[in-house]
Amino acid sequence: MTAEEAHRLKRPVSGEDWSRGPADAVTLVEYLDFQCPVCQAAYPVIENVLESLAFRVRFVVRHFPVASIHPQAERAALAAEAAGRQERFWEMHRRLFEAKGHLEEDDLLRYAEEIGLDLDRFKRDMADEPLRAKIREQKMLGIRSGVNGTPTLYINGLRYDGLVNETDLSGAILAEPTEGRG
Amino acid sequence: MAALKVGVKAPDFELDGSTGKTKLSELLKENEYVILAFFPASFSPVCTNELNLFQEVSGEFEKLSARVVGVSVDGKWVQQAFARQNNLEFPVLADFHPKGAVAENFGVMRSDGVSERALFIIDSGGVVRYSYVSEIGKNPGADRLLEALEKMKAPV
Repeated sequence: MTAEEAHRLKRPVSGEDWSRGPADAVTLVEYLDFQCPVCQAAYPVIENVLESLAFRVRFVVRHFPVASIHPQAERAALAAEAAGRQERFWEMHRRLFEAKGHLEEDDLLRYAEEIGLDLDRFKRDMADEPLRAKIREQKMLGIRSGVNGTPTLYINGLRYDGLVNETDLSGAILAEPTEGRG
Repeated sequence: MAALKVGVKAPDFELDGSTGKTKLSELLKENEYVILAFFPASFSPVCTNELNLFQEVSGEFEKLSARVVGVSVDGKWVQQAFARQNNLEFPVLADFHPKGAVAENFGVMRSDGVSERALFIIDSGGVVRYSYVSEIGKNPGADRLLEALEKMKAPV
């Protein structure tokens, strides 16, 4: 791949992002769509990689709902963000992927209840315009960064075009110097 | 024949497709820029992904006075079904008979019976302003188109 073909994150990872893992570790960013079957399949792979490389990797999630073919994807992204307002982003992230596409409005409410959210507040946040704007903005920045489908991964800010299996993904992460540049 | 290069006049064409008959010169009367996205085959996984992305970005293209049009050698009934299944609102054109004639004129017809995965931006004067041939199996993404359009629109 030539330098001009390389795709980089247009906006570096910051405190605005949802992240897990040490800030000085290799940064793995995933642009995802909760209704995307390929993202659903990638979920356990990525979780296993994160578990086996704990302390070596920081994981960041950004939204890329492909609304034209996944009509529930934006609401699901919003559910994750609304859960984030109650410090339960990652619980909802897990619940939404474990749901394997069951993402009707009633489902989202049930998941919110299951992970112990204040439901009134959750419903209010699900209608919150700034949260929707955040998701739209993430998606546009994703497009600018070379996201062309989901999932798209970046390792230390550079798009990862390899296979999403544990061996290849772990190998690519371990090949990076450990100071986070993402 | 190589893909048409920046600066040359794009050959006009009229093709049937998912939204009926579409003529390039007519589109150019209504839009400052037309993005022609040649792709090898409807319903193949990479193409679907690419065209879904263009649908998602169509609002941004519009802000930059551009309209996207997809073209492959599939027939018009295929294009209709393909557009419907993927909720593609832009025209998906059938370069079906004579097969690949438009792709041929743009220099992106392959010897294996499908077109290259190629992108052209044509301005309202009918001139090619951007030309890109992607690897056949790779989604070219939309970032390069947005960047190219922004450069064209920037005051000199």
